[in-house]
Amino acid sequence: MKNVNEIRADFPLINEKTVYFDNAATTQRPAAVTAAIKEFYDNYNANPLRGLYDLSSLATEMYGKARAACAAFINAKCAREIIFTRNTTESINLAAYSLGELLINEGDNIVISVSEHHSNLLPWQRVAKQKKANLVFMEPDMTGLLSLDEIKSKIDLKTKIVSIGHVSNVWGRTNPIKEIVEAAHKVGAVVVVDGAQAAPHMKVDVRELDVDLYAFSGHKMLGPMGIGCLYGKLDLLDKMPPFLMGGEMIEYVTRTDATFAEIPHKFEAGTVNAADAYALNTAIGYINEIGFDYIENHEKQLTARVMEGLSKNPYVTVYGSPDPEEHCGIVTFNLEGVHPHDLASVLNDDGICIRAGHHCAQPLMQFMGVGSTARLSLYLYNTDEEVDFFLEKLSKVRNLMGYGS
Amino acid sequence: MDLKNLYREIVNDHNLNPQHKGEMTDPDMELRGVNPSCGDDIFLQLKFDGDKISDAMFKGSGCAISQASVDMMIDNIIGLSKDEALKQSALFHSMINGEVTDEEELEELDEAYYLKDVCHMPARVKCALLGWRTLKEMLG
Repeated sequence: MKNVNEIRADFPLINEKTVYFDNAATTQRPAAVTAAIKEFYDNYNANPLRGLYDLSSLATEMYGKARAACAAFINAKCAREIIFTRNTTESINLAAYSLGELLINEGDNIVISVSEHHSNLLPWQRVAKQKKANLVFMEPDMTGLLSLDEIKSKIDLKTKIVSIGHVSNVWGRTNPIKEIVEAAHKVGAVVVVDGAQAAPHMKVDVRELDVDLYAFSGHKMLGPMGIGCLYGKLDLLDKMPPFLMGGEMIEYVTRTDATFAEIPHKFEAGTVNAADAYALNTAIGYINEIGFDYIENHEKQLTARVMEGLSKNPYVTVYGSPDPEEHCGIVTFNLEGVHPHDLASVLNDDGICIRAGHHCAQPLMQFMGVGSTARLSLYLYNTDEEVDFFLEKLSKVRNLMGYGS
Repeated sequence: MDLKNLYREIVNDHNLNPQHKGEMTDPDMELRGVNPSCGDDIFLQLKFDGDKISDAMFKGSGCAISQASVDMMIDNIIGLSKDEALKQSALFHSMINGEVTDEEELEELDEAYYLKDVCHMPARVKCALLGWRTLKEMLG
C-alpha cells in the first residue's frame, strides 16, 4: 500500500511548486498513464475493429480489454454495456439525442435538478424545445440535499426521463440516486446519471443503483482527456437509435438506407480513440491499486481540514452541507469583498490552483443567489501541508486586496 | 510590476473607492458591457459638450481588475474628443494584447498603463478590456 508521498512521486506535475486543487475540473495523470498512450501507438497501432491482419486484431484486443476494464470498474453486467465517448458531455448528448428520439413526445416531462452542470442541462433543453416537452427542475435545500418529498413531487406519470448528477460539481453533495431511480421506475421513466464527479471518488455499482444510463469521463479519474464512457442496460441500448452516423457503426448500407451494427458499435461511429481507451485502462488499474477505501478516507480527512480552517476565517462563506462527509472532496466558497477571479489570481501567485467562476452551473449560481464562487477540489495526492499552505495564503488575501483584515 | 503589487498599488484603490461610479440622470449615450463567461458587468454612461466628453460614469459588478480598469479609463477620457477617446481605447487594446510595449508611446494612458502586465495573464485580458471595449462600441 502506497503512502501519499509515494503516490505523489508517480505524478510528474504534483510537486512542491504546485498545489493542485482543481481536481473536479481535471486530475493530473500518473506517468504510467501518459506512458500507456505511447505504448499503444508504439506497439499496437492499427485501426481497430475492421482490419483483417494481426496488428489490427491486436489493436482491437487492447481496445476490447479497456472496455472490459471500464465495465468492471462500475460493475456493469458485460463489456457490451460500455460505449466509449469523448467525455461525460458527449455521453449525455448521446443519451439525450437518442432517448429524446425514442421516448419523448409533446407534453412529456424530462426531470433534472437545478444543480446540474450545463452538460446535463443543455442537451435536455434542446430535446424539450424540439419535442415541445417540459423540462422540470427538482430543487435541493441550501445544503444541496434533495428531499424525498421533492423527488416524489416532481417525478410523476408525465415523466419519461430523469437525468441527475450523481455528485454536484458545486455542492459536492451526493444525490440519493437509489431513491430517484425507484421513483422514476415506478412511473416507467428512464434514469440517466451524470457520474463525472462520482466515478473518480467512490465505488460506483450501476447494478446496485439500478440506473439505466451512467456517464463518466476518463480525464477526471487520472485518465487521458478525450475518452469517456456511457454505460447502458443492454435492452435499453438495443432499442436506442444511434447518435453519430458513419463508419464502423453499420452492417448493410444501400443508397438510401442502412442497418446498424450491434451495440456498442452502433454508438461508436468513426475511428475510435483506442489509444486513450488503452491508457484509461491503465488509470483504472492505478485507482484499483490505491483503492477507494484510501481515496474516500483521504479526501474526507482533507475536506474536514479545509472546512475547519475556513470556518476560522470570519470572511469566508462555505456553500453546501456543513458536514465535510457530504462534500466528496469539493469545497465551494466565497471570501467577502473579493471577487473569486481575483482570489484565484492572487493564490496562483503562490502556485495554488483553484477554480473560480460559475463552474458551468449558471442556474445553480442564480438559485444560490451568488454571481460566482471559488472552488477547491481534492484528490488522492493532496496533503495536509498543501491544505495548511492554502489556508495561510487565503488569510492574507483580503489584506492584499485593500481591506483592513 | 508583479500581480500583488498591481493590486496593492493601483487596482484596489480604484476598485474599493471608484471616483466615477454612479448613475447620471441625463446621459447622451449609455451602453451595457458584459463578459458573459465570467459575469463582469458594467453600464457606461457618457455626457458630451459638443464633441468633447464632459462627464462619464459607470455602475456594475465584477472582479477588481474589470471595475478598476473602467474607473481609470473614465479618469482618462473626460475632456477628450470622440476621436481622441477612440484612439486611446485602441492604444489600450494594443497594450493589453501585447502589441505595443514602448513606454513612451503608452505614456498617455497615465495610470491605466500599470495594467500592462495583464497581457501576461490571458485569463484576465477580457476583464481589463471590458470598459474600453464598451467605449469603443459606443463611439466606433
